[in-house]
Amino acid sequence: METLISVLIGILFTIGVYLILSKNLLHIIFGSSILSHGAHLLIITMGGLKKGAPPLVSENAAAYADPLPQSLILTAIVINFAVTAFLLVLAYRSYDVLGTNDMNQLRGVNDE
Amino acid sequence: MNNLIILPLLIPLGAGLMTAIFRKNILFQRIISILAVLLTCAASFFLISQVSSQGIQTLQLGGWPAPYGITFALDMFAALLILTASFVSLACLLFAIPSIGQERERYYFYPLYQFLMVGVNGSFLTGDLFNLFVCFEVMLLASYVLLSLGGTKPQLRESIKYILINTISSSLFLIAIAYLYRITGTVNMAHLSVLIAQAGQDGLITTVSLLFIIVFSLKAGLLLFFWLPGSYSTPPAAVRAVFGALLTKVGIYAIFRVFSLIFYHQPETTHLILGVMALLTMLLGGMGAMAYWDIHKILSYNVIISVGFIIAGFTAFSMEAIIGAIYYLMHDMIVKALLFLIGGAMIGITGTSKLKEMSGLIRYHPLLGWMFFIGAMALGGIPPLSGFIGKLIITQGILEKGALDPFFYALAAAGLLSSLMALYSVVKIFTNGFWGETLLSKDMEKISTKGLIFPCVLLTAISIFLGLGGEVLYPYLAAAAETLLNPQIYIEAVLK
Repeated sequence: METLISVLIGILFTIGVYLILSKNLLHIIFGSSILSHGAHLLIITMGGLKKGAPPLVSENAAAYADPLPQSLILTAIVINFAVTAFLLVLAYRSYDVLGTNDMNQLRGVNDE
Repeated sequence: MNNLIILPLLIPLGAGLMTAIFRKNILFQRIISILAVLLTCAASFFLISQVSSQGIQTLQLGGWPAPYGITFALDMFAALLILTASFVSLACLLFAIPSIGQERERYYFYPLYQFLMVGVNGSFLTGDLFNLFVCFEVMLLASYVLLSLGGTKPQLRESIKYILINTISSSLFLIAIAYLYRITGTVNMAHLSVLIAQAGQDGLITTVSLLFIIVFSLKAGLLLFFWLPGSYSTPPAAVRAVFGALLTKVGIYAIFRVFSLIFYHQPETTHLILGVMALLTMLLGGMGAMAYWDIHKILSYNVIISVGFIIAGFTAFSMEAIIGAIYYLMHDMIVKALLFLIGGAMIGITGTSKLKEMSGLIRYHPLLGWMFFIGAMALGGIPPLSGFIGKLIITQGILEKGALDPFFYALAAAGLLSSLMALYSVVKIFTNGFWGETLLSKDMEKISTKGLIFPCVLLTAISIFLGLGGEVLYPYLAAAAETLLNPQIYIEAVLK
């Protein structure tokens, strides 16, 4: 199971990196989003995917899933959510002000 | 257990929340911000005295014993950095109040400034790898907004790049933590250190440590500094000074902590790679600093040079070199803030950052000019001033290592050469900006420097004190270096 998910994470990283290297700002934001999906999946996979009850004491099970990676992911997700929201608004605003979302045209010093 | 060590985090957090509520009352925001920074300074003095008399102070949050809860640990290294950071933030805040402008003040400048300090102090305090990630993000999110606040075209353009680089490096940080958690099963730094020392640092762990090098180098601007010159030249002067003085230094702190506490078993791999990166950073930063005729660019490349120099001291990994590196780290935070502030004042006065379009500022601004001169000499490492002692001790420490590995001779040579380059580049600003024919008459100047002088005087005084009073600081630096070189002390304090 871990191997399968690891391959999936590898594919997500590939797509993420490919998108980040593209010209369109929106594609880049999608890419960084997919990259962080990969990172979150990696955390849960690295915590182990053995069978066990959900980490609730009331389940009374013999074995539970590791709760620590789950809380780490939850933290990482909200942080990533905030950054992505900010980045999207910033992209919107810079499209308004600069009139382009093409990274090649965002490089110059022509506005100074 | 010592509940007080959380103060450097709580004070700015409280102040940030309070100023965020009363965003229209600018006077109130200013008073609260200054009070908070002064309180943090006082608290860090008190904590230093505690650490020097009683050793490392720890706080197990929520009372959970060490590997299970989040630990805050304050050793002398972190305490010294918190103190220096609060002085820098005091000076930059005093500079920001007259210069930042009402628009930004009304749109949450002060809360964001305080939250930035929460992130910085939290990163210095924490003893938990994932908590370090969170504190980094607190700091970075505040810095994203401070960078783009105002919304001018260059700010928008550069903040997109800055945020993208940092989201990618944060993803890499998460990946590195995930791998380390798989291998060891813990994220507490002291516990990680114990487990890795027991199991031995094999190839897998060294690989993960290389991932940490990439992550922290991106944050600190060590060789992977391509994002830095652009993003550090767009925000207003006070913000730029805080960024230049503090943000990269947090990355350096993380490198120091992680590679002295956790991954110290394979120095011939990890520390050598850090050394090579430091060497290239110093040379490339020096070339960049010499090449430009733009105050922003010259100062940004000087940040890069000193990052390389500090890491070069760290890679020698002897008592002497580490003392030098810590001293230089503190000196550099102060002097970089000073140079960025005066550079900001110069840009404000002339309305341009191009050196070829300004000259003769010393006629109406003698104090600014001579303070810049002192800062420039301190940066270059001229004897009575603060940079000299740091450079001397670091170079001695590196040269001692040279007997074992000739690479360190090259590192020392690059360090000295880069000092020369740094000196040339800042003296270029001084001779072109301050000397020469006076172009601007008094009433043609864009801003008044009233109120901008005092923070610069404060920083200059601290820098001179660091130079002349190195002897007073020595026992504290030695204590800091001892904990870094003997991780056992840190581990015993955390996992008792």
